[in-house]
Amino acid sequence: MSLLEITNLNLAMRSYEGETQILHGIDLKIERGEIWGMVGETGSGKSLTGLSISRLIPAATGRYLAGAIRFEGTDVLNATEREMRKLRGRKIGMIFQDPTTNLNPAFRIGTQLVDVALHAAEHDPSVLGLSGNASRRERRRAARQVAIEMLGKVGISDPAERIDAYPHQFSGGMRQRMLIAMAMIGKPDLLIADEPTTALDVSVQAQILRLIHQLVLERDIGVLMITHNLGVVAQLCSHVAVMYRGRILETGPVRTVLKQPSHAYTRALLAAIPTVHTKRGELRGIGDIMAEAG
Amino acid sequence: MIRYVIRRLLLLVPMLLGLSVIVFAIARLLPGDPAALAAGPNATPEVLASVQREFGLDKPIPLQYWDYLTGLVQGDWGVSIFTRRPVFEDIVTFLPATLELVAAAMLIAIVLGIPLGLAAAVWRNGVLDYVTRTVSLGGIAMPRFFLGLLLQLCFVTWLDILPLSGRFPLIDLPPEEITGFYTIDSLLTGDWYALRVSLAHLALPALAMSLSPLATIIRMMRASTIEVLQQDYVMTERALGLSSRLILFKYVLKNAMTSTLTVIGLYVSWLLGGTVLVETVFDWPGLGLYATQAILSQDFMPVIGVTLVIAIIYLLSMLIVDLLYGVFNPKVRSS
Repeated sequence: MSLLEITNLNLAMRSYEGETQILHGIDLKIERGEIWGMVGETGSGKSLTGLSISRLIPAATGRYLAGAIRFEGTDVLNATEREMRKLRGRKIGMIFQDPTTNLNPAFRIGTQLVDVALHAAEHDPSVLGLSGNASRRERRRAARQVAIEMLGKVGISDPAERIDAYPHQFSGGMRQRMLIAMAMIGKPDLLIADEPTTALDVSVQAQILRLIHQLVLERDIGVLMITHNLGVVAQLCSHVAVMYRGRILETGPVRTVLKQPSHAYTRALLAAIPTVHTKRGELRGIGDIMAEAG
Repeated sequence: MIRYVIRRLLLLVPMLLGLSVIVFAIARLLPGDPAALAAGPNATPEVLASVQREFGLDKPIPLQYWDYLTGLVQGDWGVSIFTRRPVFEDIVTFLPATLELVAAAMLIAIVLGIPLGLAAAVWRNGVLDYVTRTVSLGGIAMPRFFLGLLLQLCFVTWLDILPLSGRFPLIDLPPEEITGFYTIDSLLTGDWYALRVSLAHLALPALAMSLSPLATIIRMMRASTIEVLQQDYVMTERALGLSSRLILFKYVLKNAMTSTLTVIGLYVSWLLGGTVLVETVFDWPGLGLYATQAILSQDFMPVIGVTLVIAIIYLLSMLIVDLLYGVFNPKVRSS
């Protein structure tokens, strides 16, 4: 059984102007230990695919026309909200793009971490290393201990003190580490990272990527990394899926896809990356190349 | 933190000093002679002069101000020409009634307003949302005195379950005075009869005063909750499996409170300055009635005294709001 299996996913979103189909027959299979990169330009449906896995698209705006998502055998699209909550935070961890807006500014880091840990422990007490009949107080204390360990693991120095600080007291890179800590504290089997390094500068970006890689090696989890940065994909991912206008054009191991792209769009995407040798005026956008390719 | 509070309290001094100059000047520059009013229409020039001397009205205005100011710090706030009692004593008598009324009104508005606003935001465009929106609009639009009359008509004339006016039945003894708040005093002394009676008297005027802050709090709370619900961190909290109850009552509520807090702070002072109408309709022996009487009889000292007291309460409530900002928004605390 695959960790995650998406078959023929079709999603339509409603707006004032009516319903538009956004995702067209998405197929994707992720196994443990695989780091999948999902690349594509803005609006290609990468993020909506990611949100669909945890079923976070509000029912009022999104409608699945066809397809299925199976996570470790659970039928995600037909699960109850209760069943989904068991997955979220515990089985599926999520990291979003902007570390400055994804931490609640009014609460201490520790409060948010502890709440996520307690939630994960509700369904699996072993997350906190406790048996099922631990008291509330014990669970809280254990959750705090786990939160401190987690902060240390993502590279926060003095985690025992910093756990009581507020988000605004940290830099962007540190905050992204905290979001990773929050996503990982429930010991998930799948990590969905939606552009986790876009808002960070290059050196911090590298640290965060290294951290994610290390966590994958350590825990043998699957990762879906949503990004528009092919450099990130080449460095970190084992597999890649190229998305364009709500369709997956090409999937496969990173080496194959990036070395011998079979689809014109993938070639266009690769051609749009500036190199040291690119001269002024030579850099071409995807639009130009796609127009030429017809 | 403590240093901040002390600094803010010290800042009150120049503010109040400036205010006292303005109020004093305006009160003195207005046409009309309070001494003539106090002495009566048939007073001889000699009597008038003696009344003027008695109240120090014969001295030049700057000197009068200086006398007033030195008296102020010693607890001598002048004498009311109308009641012939020291203003300070009058204020001590009337202030608790007004504060009790305002506190009760704000309590109703906050206790009902915050959950209703939250609920209206969660079930946006639902039945509750429409009902609260309609009531809010009415609450803001309707004058308080008119609402007071309606409440009297409904609960006194028709249902006959609440007293018409006043703070306590004239024939009964009010609870032993500790704070001056009848409800708190009767609680402290364990006088349940007095508690019931004072609550019954408090209900209608407090309700009449609470409607417009209630309406504003609901609207404010609804708007800020909707805004907070759309924040990225709410999505993160949902994505990590936290229950909607925990997210709403813990993580969203605290963020949404900040803007509502501003409204609450402003309303406390707005209600204090505006108790006159409600106090008149319900014959509530508070500061508003006292001030109205003083203004009508051109009785300066109480007017200045009441203005200063309201200003002090206003500034203090603003200070409390500023401190509470720090509780709800940790970013404010560090700056």
